[in-house]
Amino acid sequence: MRVLVAMSGGVDSSVAAARMVDAGHDVVGVHMALSAAPGTLRTGSRGCCSKEDAGDARRVADILEIPFYVWDFADRFKDDVIDDFVESYARGETPNPCVRCNERIKFSALAARALALGFDAVATGHYARLEDGRLRRAVDADKDQSYVLGVLTAQQLSHALFPIGDTPKPQIRQEAADRGLAVAEKPDSHDICFIPSGDTRAFLGARIGVRPGAVVDAGGAVLAEHDGVHGFTIGQRKGLGIAGPGPDGQPRYVTGIDAETGTVHVGGAADLEIHALVGERPVFTSGVPFDGPVECVVQVRAHGGLADAVAELRDGLLHIDLRAPLRGVAPGQTMVLYRPDADGDEVLGSATIAR
Amino acid sequence: MRTAYLDHAATTPMHPAAIEAMTAIMTAGGNASSLHTAGRTARRRLEEAREALAHQLGARPSEVIFTAGGTESDNLAVKGIFWARRDSSAQLCRIVTTPIEHHAVLDAVQWLVEHEGAEVTLLPVDADGAVSPEALRAVLAAHDDIALVSVMWANNEVGTIEPIAELASVAAEFDVPMHSDAIQAIGSVPVDFAASGLSALSVAAHKFGGPAGVGALLLRRDTACVPLLHGGGQERDVRSGTPDVAGAVGMAAAARIVVDGLDAHAERIGALRDRLVAGVLADIDDVVLNGAGGADRLPGNAHFTFRGCEGDALLMLLDAKGIECSTGSACTAGVAQPSHVLIAMGADPASARGSLRFSLGHNSSDADVDAVLEVLPAAVERARQAALASAGLGR
Repeated sequence: MRVLVAMSGGVDSSVAAARMVDAGHDVVGVHMALSAAPGTLRTGSRGCCSKEDAGDARRVADILEIPFYVWDFADRFKDDVIDDFVESYARGETPNPCVRCNERIKFSALAARALALGFDAVATGHYARLEDGRLRRAVDADKDQSYVLGVLTAQQLSHALFPIGDTPKPQIRQEAADRGLAVAEKPDSHDICFIPSGDTRAFLGARIGVRPGAVVDAGGAVLAEHDGVHGFTIGQRKGLGIAGPGPDGQPRYVTGIDAETGTVHVGGAADLEIHALVGERPVFTSGVPFDGPVECVVQVRAHGGLADAVAELRDGLLHIDLRAPLRGVAPGQTMVLYRPDADGDEVLGSATIAR
Repeated sequence: MRTAYLDHAATTPMHPAAIEAMTAIMTAGGNASSLHTAGRTARRRLEEAREALAHQLGARPSEVIFTAGGTESDNLAVKGIFWARRDSSAQLCRIVTTPIEHHAVLDAVQWLVEHEGAEVTLLPVDADGAVSPEALRAVLAAHDDIALVSVMWANNEVGTIEPIAELASVAAEFDVPMHSDAIQAIGSVPVDFAASGLSALSVAAHKFGGPAGVGALLLRRDTACVPLLHGGGQERDVRSGTPDVAGAVGMAAAARIVVDGLDAHAERIGALRDRLVAGVLADIDDVVLNGAGGADRLPGNAHFTFRGCEGDALLMLLDAKGIECSTGSACTAGVAQPSHVLIAMGADPASARGSLRFSLGHNSSDADVDAVLEVLPAAVERARQAALASAGLGR
């Protein structure tokens, strides 16, 4: 097969590329330039699109003796991921930009270009397993990234490859070292790649501006003023600008955000509990929509936020009854549904949480 | 897989005679500034190289400043002459250049703007990338603060040859020093420093079969130039540093070969290039040859815009088939930027992205041209489909 490997310059995609070469494929490495103004120097370990990361990826490709190119997706990334992220926050939602990037960039724009140029598949360094169209959690539970891939359609998955999902991360690092790849010791990237400072609130503030509003309790009493709902996310406890705990002596959390009025609602931990979810834009991994109620496990965050549930598709929306309550669920987050399996939970589908 | 190397404007393989000449020096050793026998021998070789290079390029030996390559030569000329002129009269702060220069000139100028208060006037270029002496005359007549003029001899992307002697004669009328980056010209067209009327001229050895990392600035004795590198005072105090004797010897050997063989070489690769251009224009729709025609174009250069293509996709498809060419310019991260040269010539950014440069050199053959003509039509077709597929994705 002709395989294009998306090479970020990190250890995971480097080993993915090496494994594709070992498997006998005709491999080309592509680094996606996602920043319109890539930095010239690394700032900490963050980012996936600096010149230095492109250089690291190129160095690995040279060692693997595969062609390597940098493809510019900066305009598309800005439109589909960064602007979407900002607009979503401005609406009082909590988006996951990595999900968006996989959905719109890596397995859409990049894949479309790759296929049109004669490639058969796109491989990435994601920790997930994909066999016969079945997407499952990675062997390394701590590193599992099936959640951020849960939005991919059967068609998108049909030409995707995840060569490292069967291996724990420490072994991937060891393998990189054994192969003589200089990226073996490169730190993991954790933060949002387009916010290298890590300060999401400042990033959003610079783009959304000041949109003052009130922090109110369940009784409607105004507890504080704020500079914009984009500074808040459901379940947040710190930085609310209110003096101390509630009248019951318990901590208070953001329980709701109304972007239109600029109101941030706060309440006790019990008010955060959600017993049902509704998801829009559902995606079914097998390509076949649910018919009737489906027993599953729902996950609402990249790490954690799991609950047993029953999912049902009605009028194009996924209705989820939770067997146990979830806390801190915000509109805009992605929910991914899994079929529990001792051999690795299988992704059934996903949707964007509407309420 | 047989590869067809058609990127000689990026760098061209060294001439065997240059390698031989360098190797002999490298085994000898010696610092040309030392007073003992080894030093004297090295110095003799260095000065022979200086005399040979000067002879080939119509310069006097004392006008040759050896450098570490074209970028250094351009920086030395632009910054050094700017500083010297401004030292002579504080009002002389304007640099007149073109928007199609190599970044070694453009970025040096920009640095002077940002850090030294320089002013810039960019001369207009026509749709072929040519600068007119009348435009230069108008600028020189309109300003009394001009420190220097810098116009490249031939453009590295589209191959257009500029009317350097006429431009230099206009600059001389106004008593303003003029520099030219002649890096793409040497070995392809006659370059005679004295006859050109220039004050300074940049040379890079690896573009004509010498070693990379070696170059020269030809600098008239009456043109003051403030050094970039301070130290031992070598190269008439304009460029300190222990001279690279082997590099200089290799450069001189290559210069001798290309200047002696210039007419035959230009005729041979010009014919190959013409066959390539005719084939591409005949076999592929919606393609434009960029740059000047006839005698105003470097004989080895063919630069096309394939409408509806992305140059980097085309480059990859050709690379996979063993055709080695270039999109013209790339930043260090390798992100293809629309060519500043094509933009200056009036192209829109989208078509500037769909451009490829094929550059032929001393070992190019009919088989190379055949290989391109065999592979290119299908590659263009595929790249066009890919561009449509990408554009068709909903946003």
